Amino acid sequence: MSAVPAILVRDLVKTYSGHPAVRGVSFAVSRGEIIGLLGPNGAGKSTTLRVLTGFLPATSGEVAVCGVDVAAAPGDVKNLIGYMPENNPLPDDMRVREYLHFRARLKGLTRRNLAPRLDEVVHLCDLGRVRDRIIGKLSKGYRQRVGIADAILAEPPVIIMDEPTIGLDPHQILAVRDLIAGLRGRMTVLISSHILPEIEATCDRVVIMNQGRVVAAGTPADLRQEWIGPAAYELELAGPLDALPALLAALHPTLGPAAPLAAAAPGEFTALRLVAAPDAPDLREALVNALAHDPRFRLRSLTRTRQTLEDVFLAATRPKAA
Amino acid sequence: MRLFRILLAHELRMLLVSPASYIAATLFLLVMGFVFAGILETFTAGPQEAAPAAVFFQLFWLPVFFMVPLLTMKSLAEERRLGTLETLLTTPVTTPEVVLAKFGAAYSLYLALWAATGGFFYILVRFGGQSQPIDLGPLLGGYLFIAVSGTLFVSLGILASSVTRNQAVAGILAFVLLLTLVIGTRFAGTLAVLKLDSLAGLRATVDYIQVFTHLEDFTRGVVDTRQVLYYLSGSALALILAILGVEAKQLHG
Repeated sequence: MSAVPAILVRDLVKTYSGHPAVRGVSFAVSRGEIIGLLGPNGAGKSTTLRVLTGFLPATSGEVAVCGVDVAAAPGDVKNLIGYMPENNPLPDDMRVREYLHFRARLKGLTRRNLAPRLDEVVHLCDLGRVRDRIIGKLSKGYRQRVGIADAILAEPPVIIMDEPTIGLDPHQILAVRDLIAGLRGRMTVLISSHILPEIEATCDRVVIMNQGRVVAAGTPADLRQEWIGPAAYELELAGPLDALPALLAALHPTLGPAAPLAAAAPGEFTALRLVAAPDAPDLREALVNALAHDPRFRLRSLTRTRQTLEDVFLAATRPKAA
Repeated sequence: MRLFRILLAHELRMLLVSPASYIAATLFLLVMGFVFAGILETFTAGPQEAAPAAVFFQLFWLPVFFMVPLLTMKSLAEERRLGTLETLLTTPVTTPEVVLAKFGAAYSLYLALWAATGGFFYILVRFGGQSQPIDLGPLLGGYLFIAVSGTLFVSLGILASSVTRNQAVAGILAFVLLLTLVIGTRFAGTLAVLKLDSLAGLRATVDYIQVFTHLEDFTRGVVDTRQVLYYLSGSALALILAILGVEAKQLHG
């Protein structure tokens, strides 16, 4: 792995006529990584990506792609990036074949390399059937694939895609995700999205933005550790609930019910949610043993709640309480 | 230069496959055909002072007012509306290359359409049965005027298209700019205010930019380099403003 990061953003600030969209964003992406840029609408994701591609100038801060400064050499940077903008704009009155040919010529492919590379990309993006169709008449899924084909056409070291799976059906999302995963290792991919399972499935690392700032960054597992507070357990239990806290405290000092316990009818099962400190070990086995061996309680089910990136996202982008 | 050639070929191709171009071309040739037939009728009625070619080019503004906006209004406005300007400008092409390619394509089509009117004169000479062939001087002068003034007209259309994302607004803006340039200056030339001695400088300027005076000079065979320079520098200015227009819109969203 090269010492120069594929993408380097340092203290990036971008204001639109005095209105700040990005306020001091910094992150780095090393080569071959797939990075997800997450954030609610208006968080500054698209603006960050546009500055990275050289389409918009930064107000202040430093942005470099493969060691090339975007502000100093925008022309060189454009050769290093394959970019698919938000909403994937395409001309409606061209055929897929013509469009890709035109784009390949613009991106500097020589006539000799052009035909084999076009065939390769068409095959990779599964566009063979619509090659001679007019783009304006394609379904959304195919349009999206044309956009991705265009982004990877010149085999740039860095691919930037703004919301690549927006508006697609689950099958198409899966196909696009596979396509992106297929680029792993060969190209650096930066995708923005607010669809979380997709990011979690594809990305090596996640950068979460909110209101123009980076609020969290790291692997999905790291973020879970950092942002999800206590580990939670859900169980269904019958028995004298007022005796429960003492029993739990014996297992781990921080373990206790998430909400105050309500008295239940004797002999009936109640659903409970227990929480423990984040650094507590996995207490499932201890809980089962303790409750099963206590004659007063009857345990029907016990699970540890799996925290998703969604919880991280909600925790990280939660509006600050006044 | 290589990128400019690719872009120009692409733009020409897009104009040639677009039905709108053919509708505009048909309308243009229809209108100019009627004008030409009308001129011939007056000439058959009795002897006239001016050559038929000179009278024909007197009406150059008629197609310019509707042709140029139709040819240029789509160019940059549509790309911006669709967002394809963003995909285009994130490839190694530069804004001047994009704007110049749009101008080049629209100007080529403009010239090609006017060149098609040459057929009218050919038919007249071929089938007119006159012993005396048509006077070539005013004809060539007229076409030269069309070619030179066309640079300014088309670049004004491109400029109008660069400042908005709405084709209709671009079309109307182009129409207003052309109207001001062609009819507005003629009207300004007749203003009594300009006859004042203190405004002599302004009066000279207004006289200098009279499009109709330029046309008369060209059809009489007088090719004044000042006039050529006026059109070329004017179109260069309009194109530079169009480039700035595209880039300014990027800066401020």
